[in-house]
Amino acid sequence: MKILTLLKRVPDTAAKIRVAGDGKRIDPAGVEFVINPYDEIALEQALRVKEAGGGHSVAVLCLGTKDATKEIRTALAMGADEGILLIDGAGERDAAASAAALAAALSEVKPDLILCGWKAVDTDDGAVPHLLAARLGLPCVTLVTKFVLDGTALTLHREVEGAEEVVSVKLPAVVSVQKGLAEPRYTSLKGIMMAKKKTIAEKPGAAAEPKVRILALEPPPERKAGRIVGTGPEAVPALVKALSEEQKLI
Amino acid sequence: MASGVLAFAESVGGKLKKSAFEMASAGRKLAEGLGGPFSMFVIGAGPGEAAATLGRHGVTKVLTASDPALERYSSDGYSLALAAAAAVADPAILLLASSAMGKDLGPALAARLGCGIITDAVDFSVTGGKLAARRPVYAGKVRALAEPASCPVVLSLRPNIFEPAAENGGTAEVVPVAVDLSGDRIRAVVTAIMAPEVRKVDLTEADIIVSGGRGMKGPEHFHLVEDLAAALGGEVGASRAVVDAGWRPHAEQVGQTGKTVSPKLYVACGISGAIQHLAGMSSAKCIVAVNKDPEAPIFKVADYGIVGDVFEVLPALAKAIREKKGA
Repeated sequence: MKILTLLKRVPDTAAKIRVAGDGKRIDPAGVEFVINPYDEIALEQALRVKEAGGGHSVAVLCLGTKDATKEIRTALAMGADEGILLIDGAGERDAAASAAALAAALSEVKPDLILCGWKAVDTDDGAVPHLLAARLGLPCVTLVTKFVLDGTALTLHREVEGAEEVVSVKLPAVVSVQKGLAEPRYTSLKGIMMAKKKTIAEKPGAAAEPKVRILALEPPPERKAGRIVGTGPEAVPALVKALSEEQKLI
Repeated sequence: MASGVLAFAESVGGKLKKSAFEMASAGRKLAEGLGGPFSMFVIGAGPGEAAATLGRHGVTKVLTASDPALERYSSDGYSLALAAAAAVADPAILLLASSAMGKDLGPALAARLGCGIITDAVDFSVTGGKLAARRPVYAGKVRALAEPASCPVVLSLRPNIFEPAAENGGTAEVVPVAVDLSGDRIRAVVTAIMAPEVRKVDLTEADIIVSGGRGMKGPEHFHLVEDLAAALGGEVGASRAVVDAGWRPHAEQVGQTGKTVSPKLYVACGISGAIQHLAGMSSAKCIVAVNKDPEAPIFKVADYGIVGDVFEVLPALAKAIREKKGA
């Protein structure tokens, strides 16, 4: 079985994000980039399926710039077998345009299972899994927190409001994952050495018209400075008074 | 020619959710800006009652679908139903809440219609018949101003941001919509729902959240956070550190790799305020922080702070709130 995981290069969640001079992009200066944390969980799940036996292979597919070679190498060091980098041109990509490029590449690869994060922590859209699945004519299950594969039958738990749903679906399918599914492994020295021998295929990402355009990026509204109402439990009455009289919350 | 707005009214257990009324008011405002009609769509058994309720809240047209296959949510079933409603209403904008359900349904619908999607918007404007929406990106560290480049477009709005529609005593015209769910059109089938005994509100829609961090010193002390949440009538949240340490379930994590929340009140207990946590909660209307370190970054975003030991402050605060509420 061919398993494919999607991988996006994103700023580390600890990074401070500043808007670049053009007001449309972020300033990458001083920002460390990593594998999208949710994609890392998807990759971990894929590797566990592979390691459970059955002769499965795991490929990672990334739409991005040449810089993303670093993140693909990390994925290979974690244990993925091969990488594919779709070099992104200068054009603007919304979720629809990204899904179009990924789908174009995957129509040749034809994986049995596509695993990815439920969203990327940069654009926070969470739309690509469904958009990609629709283009490939596959079912899609999102926000998965438990994954059981039995032959070609998948039993998945997904997070819904205040509860968990159990969903059954047959492969091939797209599965997007939520935190809690699997703790990603660290790369080992052996893994890093082996990754050097693995191949990363590069091809141009298919061009596509975005259906949503970003007009501008802006800093979030600043919060007004608050106040320290006091120290220790003695400050409680002042806080309750403020919440009641100023905020009308209690 | 597509025009106006069709908004999805989400319900749970046959009852409309608060977000349905938020969509009712935001959708009407949006439709007025666009100069087109406004209607809402309800799925579920006995949609007449929901339609009447929406009517009393100023919605004049409600599309409904009920089918045994729609009793439980599924991406395929609900997106097929919404697509069928969209074929009847022919809207320029399909509106829904960016709730736990909406985070799956919005993209599933955009995929089915092959249209664009703007998710989790916190603000919108219509100028010259053109929509522009603001949405937090990078978990709120930046906001993006986005506009659709094609029509129609799916727009999801963050819960708890928009004022719910008020009652005006009106009535709604009810239009049943036929949905073809035959054969194997629902490919991913929900076979069971595992709900806790007390049904929790998802943090993205909670009005009040009390979160605990590493300052709680261990999972055995989280009863203090739970008790304060109970006193306030809120839900429990957690920082990434304590979720990663296994003290609390992942569904409670607030921040960039957890939930991005906008409650009326957010109480941060023993949370220092790492940048990825602040990003996830700084759109709360009122923030209270309790932390023993006066230099903790959480105090920079808090409206009210108490410098002190959570083990002393939390019980005192819960008690004072209960007394105040009882008074």
